[in-house]
Formats: sequence, C-alpha cells, structure tokens
Amino acid sequence: MGAVDLTQFHKTFFEESLEGLDAMETALLALDSGSTDHELVHTIFRAAHSIKGGAATFGFADVAAFTHVAESLLEEVRSERRAVDGALIDLLLRSVDCLRAMLARSSSGQPAADAGSETLRGELLRLVSGEAAAAPGAAAPQAAAVDGWDIRFVALPHLLQTGNDPLRLFRELEQLGRLEVRRAFVLDSAPARLAELDPSQCHLGWELRLHGAIARGDVDAVFDWLDGDCELAIEALSGQARAAAAQPAPAAAPPAVAPASATAPAAPPAREATASATASAEASSIRVGIDKVDALINMMGELVITQSMLSDIGEHFDFTKLERLREGLAQLERNTRELQESVMRIRMLPIGSVFNRFPRLVRDLERKLGKQVRLELHGEHTELDKTVLEKIGDPLVHLVRNAIDHGLETPEKRRAAGKPDAGTLTLDAHHEGGNIIVRISDDGAGLNRAAIVGKAVERGLVQPGQQLSDEEVAELIFAPGFSTAAQATDLSGRGVGMDVVRRNVRDLGGSVGVKSEAGKGSVFTIALPLTLAIIDGLVTAVGEERYIVPLTSIVESLRLGAEAVRRIAGGGEVFQFRGDYLPLMRLHRAFACAGAITEVERGIVVVIEDDGRRVGLLVDDLLGQQQAVIKSLEKHYQRVQGVSGATILSDGSVALIVDVGGVVRLGQRSKAA
Amino acid sequence: MYEDNAAAAPTVQQLTFDLAGEEYGVDILSVREIRGWSRVTRIPQTPDYVLGVLNLRGAIVPVMDLRLRFGLARESYGDSTVVIIVAVAERLFGIVVDAVSDVVDIEPAAIKPVPDMGAIVDTRYLKGLATHVERMVMLLDVEKLMRPEDVETLDAALTGVRDVEVAA
Repeated sequence: MGAVDLTQFHKTFFEESLEGLDAMETALLALDSGSTDHELVHTIFRAAHSIKGGAATFGFADVAAFTHVAESLLEEVRSERRAVDGALIDLLLRSVDCLRAMLARSSSGQPAADAGSETLRGELLRLVSGEAAAAPGAAAPQAAAVDGWDIRFVALPHLLQTGNDPLRLFRELEQLGRLEVRRAFVLDSAPARLAELDPSQCHLGWELRLHGAIARGDVDAVFDWLDGDCELAIEALSGQARAAAAQPAPAAAPPAVAPASATAPAAPPAREATASATASAEASSIRVGIDKVDALINMMGELVITQSMLSDIGEHFDFTKLERLREGLAQLERNTRELQESVMRIRMLPIGSVFNRFPRLVRDLERKLGKQVRLELHGEHTELDKTVLEKIGDPLVHLVRNAIDHGLETPEKRRAAGKPDAGTLTLDAHHEGGNIIVRISDDGAGLNRAAIVGKAVERGLVQPGQQLSDEEVAELIFAPGFSTAAQATDLSGRGVGMDVVRRNVRDLGGSVGVKSEAGKGSVFTIALPLTLAIIDGLVTAVGEERYIVPLTSIVESLRLGAEAVRRIAGGGEVFQFRGDYLPLMRLHRAFACAGAITEVERGIVVVIEDDGRRVGLLVDDLLGQQQAVIKSLEKHYQRVQGVSGATILSDGSVALIVDVGGVVRLGQRSKAA
Repeated sequence: MYEDNAAAAPTVQQLTFDLAGEEYGVDILSVREIRGWSRVTRIPQTPDYVLGVLNLRGAIVPVMDLRLRFGLARESYGDSTVVIIVAVAERLFGIVVDAVSDVVDIEPAAIKPVPDMGAIVDTRYLKGLATHVERMVMLLDVEKLMRPEDVETLDAALTGVRDVEVAA
C-alpha cells in the first residue's frame, strides 16, 4: 500500500464542516437571543476548531487560516476575556457565511479565499490583536506575546485509541511556529519485552519547544481534545526579551503567510472544477441512525427464516402442506412489505435540517425590514425523503420571506391594530395520511384583497368588476408573473413569484394552497408525498402494453358514447366533461401501440389533470391499482417524451409510467392545432 | 495462469455472433450477459431499431435489433435468437442477434481498418475487420452503436461540412 490518498476524505470533511457551520450558526443565534449558556460558546469553539484542524490536515490552507483567526477570537470569548455583543455575533455570523462560501469554492477546486474573505479575515484579525494590545493587567500575561512555549507532553497509554495521533498534533503545532523536539522518551509503563508491546498503546512522552510569539490560546487549542488522554505542562519561555510584548499581532503571522502558499497548489485543480462539482452533486451521502440499520438487519433475518421455511416446504411438497405454504407466503409478503418500508425509511430525514436555516433568515429580515418576528418551529422531527427535502428548501424560504415582507406588519401598524409588537411566524410539519403537511402561518395583515384584485385586473387575469370569492382571490397570487409588492425590494419582487413556488412543489408531486383572513394573517399549506420513489398508480391496458397513470392526477374514469366525441377543425377531438370541452387523446396513437381498441365507446377515458389543465386519455381497459416503484429510463437509455419512468409489474415485465404533464401538453397542442 | 497467457500474447477476446449470415465480434470485456429472447416493452417516440426495454434484475435496459440498425430486414425471433447485454461506461443495453457463435482470441495485428465503401454500406459502427482461421470477423464499435441518433446526425452534418471544405 502506498501513501494514503487524502482526497477520498475530502467529501466527508466538507460535509462535516458544513454541519459544523450549521451548529455554529444555531448556537450563535441562541446566544443572540440572550442565552448565556456557556456550553453554547464551547459548541461554537469546538466546531471552529474541528474545521480548522480538518482544513489544515487536508491542505485547505485558506480555510484553515481564516478559521484560525475566528478561533482566536472565540478563544477570547471562551476564556471570558471578551464579552458577547450584537456586533460580535454579527461578525461571527458573517464569518460562518464566508466559510460556507470558501468551502463551496474549495470543493469545486477553486482557491477558497477571495477579496471578501480576506477583508473579513482582516476585520477579525484587527479585533483579535486590538483586544490583545488593549488587554488590561490581568489578561496581559496570557495575551501578551512571548518568545515561545516549553511543552511537556506525556501521552497516556490509551491516547491512540481515542483517535488522537501525536504526529498530527506536532504538525498542528508546527503551523503555529518553529517546533523543536528537545527530548522524546519512553515511559516506564512500556513493557520490558518487545513481544509484549501492544501497538494500540502509546508509552511515549515529549519535551517540546515552540518558538515564536504565539498566543497561549492557540497552543491550548491544539491540545483541546486531549483532555484526560495525556499529561500536559505548558510554560512560557522565560528570560527572553519582553520588548516584543508590545506587538502581539505576530500571533497571526503564520496564517497570514498561509494563503500565499496555498494559492499555488490550489490553482491547478481549478481546471477540473466543473467535473468534480458535478460528481459531488450526484454522489451525496446520507447519515442513517443505527436504529434504522438494526431494524433492517432484524427484518433481513426474518426474511431469511421465511425463505428457508418456504424452501423446506418446496423440497418435500405434498398437498397436506398447502396450508403451511399459504402461511409462509403470507409471511413472506409481510416481511417484504416491512423491509420495503424500512429501506425507504433510510432515505427519510427530519425536516429540522431545513427548518434550522430559518432562525438566521428571520433574524436578517427583521433587521432589514424593521419588523419584529417571533419564529416558532413545530414538528422538526417529521421525516421526509431526502430528495424531497433538498428541493423543498427554496420554496419554503420564499414563503417565509413573503410572510415577513408582505404578511407581517411593522410594530407601529401592529400596535395600531391592537396586536403585540412582534409578529408570530409559525412553521409546522406533520404527517397526514400518506403526505407530509408543512404549514407556514403568520398573524399579519392577511392577503391584501384590493391590491391583488387590482393587480390581476391590470394584468388582464380577471375582468374589472368581476365578482371573486376569497378562494379565487387567493388562487390569483399563484398566477405566473404575479407580484403585489408595491415596490420591488431585494427580498421579493425579483420576478420569482408564487407561481415558481407552486411549480416546484408540483414537481415534487405535492400541492400548495393558501387561506387568509384580513387582519388576522395567512396560512400557506404545502402537502408533499412521503417519497418520490414510489407512486400509487392505475394500471391501464393499451393493446399489448401496460401503462401506469399516477393516481394523484386522475380526476375520473368514464365510458363515452361515440356521439360524445366531436371532431374539431385541424383533426383534434374533444368531448364534454362537467361543462367543459376537453381534448381527447388516444394513448395508442400518441404512443403508437398496435392492437389497441380504437372505438371510443369500447374503451375507457381517464380524465387526468396537470396544473389545472385536463385531458381525456383513451385506454383499452383499467387493470387495477398498484404501487409502482419508479425506475429511471434515462439511466441506461434516454428521456422519452410523455413518459416519466418505468416500473416492474408483478409478472416481471416492464410498464411505462405516463408523464401526466407531458401528455397534457401534447393534448393541449393537438387541441390548439 | 490466465494472466501469463495474456502477457505472452496480448490478444483481444471477442464474442462472435451471427447476423444475417455474417460473423460479427464484440469485445468480450463489454459483454455483461447473454440471454434468450423475451418480449420487451415498447417505448414511444424511438427509432424502429430500438425494440423497447426489458427488466434486467430491476434495471430498465433498452434493447436494439442489430438487423434493423444495419438496415437489414427484420427476422422473426426464434429459439436461437439471443440478446447480448453490453455495457458502455455505466450504461447497459441489449442487442438482438441471430445466434451467438464463439469466443475467439484475435491478435491486434490481425485487425485491419474497414475499407471505405462510400455511402452504399454503413460502416460507421465497425471498429475494424479481423481474420480468424480463414474467416472474416467484423468488429463492432459498441460505443458508437449506443450513441443517440441526434449526435450521429450532427456528426454526419459536420462531416458533410468538412467534405465540402476539402472539395472547395
């Protein structure tokens, strides 16, 4: 085996660092809201420290240098040499954002540092060094610069087992300044004979000298995680000129050099940036609770038992065993279903990971808009499919922004309306049937009926003077290109309207609606399917082929007489359905199937709906309902118009799943033609 | 043992099959599986040589008829009709051939370029011609076979442009 290729751990590093940043952000927001829990500061510090360590290990020097400064600042907070105030939290939150951007750039192979990050680093640096210089008496000996440190570091035997490695520590120390090993020694605890040596035990000690004007906190930070794993004595190098004490800034000298050296190795990979970026987008990983894995293993065990029972029956089968066979098959079915559920559950993640970004968003918006918002989160533990979860974030952000920007009033207006100054914004997620319901409710002014109707008239969506019910008015805000914001703020009115929210949610197989009461607030409700991988479908027959129509998009299935179908100019066919003329689409013609029923009166028309538009599909017969596991056609072939994927029927054959949106568009085109 | 042989004579192993009386070969390293003919599910809006898709242990794999792909008449599918599942990159597809014949070792030196036959014969899916025990084996270029139609059309159009430039 050659040298370990560190790049294989990069993805884990990025993921863990992003998680660390999330934790930092959450803790910072908690501090901001007045919590004085000292553990929060530790959490922030630890997160910063592990990002720094990881970044240094994997050669992301820019990230390490930036985090190093932030960490120094946090160290002052941790040791209560610096008070936490709004400005500091603002700065640290900006640092979190900056680090996120740096990590994103690093992961796509670009140099992590840019002008913005350097400016921010400078800002942090000034704060750290400024404080140190101005540090009064008591803090001075610690913060003031020294010429170096004498470190006596004796590992306890179990040090290696905790995942610590002295070599890594030394490397980390070397980053701070020149490291000199004055003495390394074997402890008495080491076995006398080599044969008795347990390689997982460490019996070594070192006396080290670290040269340079380095803050004690930085040295401590290196040994931060060795609590109880080693004996440690750190002493300032004495007898040297104290004149340097006036200049504590060199504490930051090593990181200041780092970016320069880092740009060189970082530059070549930039060429591969696009390639690696796409690769990382595809192969994301998931963290699965051990209980879920255990449940899976248990179920697998049961399945094996059932299988062996069945094969036993099959081996010596006679008709007296028919009943046992039936039992066995029933058990097999149960096992399979449970196994399926458990496997699907692996992909399920709590929605809390999406909710967690809102405290920050709300805080920023509050400042920007001069409003007061009390954010309530409920049902963070509700789980939904990872894919759904990744795609629901943006629509939710949009709705939350809208609620604060348009829904909630300014404190003055609220007072005038007899409401508390702070508006309440509630995010709630829960299961309802086979769906996840996410509700975003505010106690603001509610939808502005007059403004919406006015805008709709202006846009030509409704006629002036037309009578509209509350529901119809609410529906209007989902119309394409509709925005009532009096002036375009940078929050809303950027042309991305509620129609995009609705389309995104629809793409996930969900729906979004709104209920509003003037003066009391609005409630947006998003219903999402539990998973994208399985749909409830209606199996239809067309000639020799079977097609699955997603159940959620079916309005009704009916038989039509031949006389009900009218031919319109251009060759399209329409039929009347609940007072409307709908295009009739002969699926056998659209999909070119041989041997299908061509007379309308002998087949069945399935009315499907997509985005408010309806089309009748002519099929031969309905064969029943089935849960269809969606398989991609694109994986081995390519996209096919009118087909969203394929599934495998109980007899092992393949059936295509009708893409309702695509088919409806095809149908509309034929009607227009 | 096997590796020793390979080292001694770096031959290319080809799976040969019969198609309309001719012998073709496909690199054995790209062959994943050989299976008997079974009904496939048709896909709309595809060229006629793509017969449809089949279920290969849960994967949805397209199947093409090589006769149709080469512009030959379609044979009715019988007992000896087989589907060879080949893999290009991560993608799988099946090709329907009349019958599988043999696995042969072919020395790279024995592979000759395909002569230019003009527009009459479609030779773009062939990598080369090889002689094996007095027989001629046409070596298939599976990557090209699998390319979507529009890429080919584009390629053809570009080739046309180049030809014009040369002529001018």
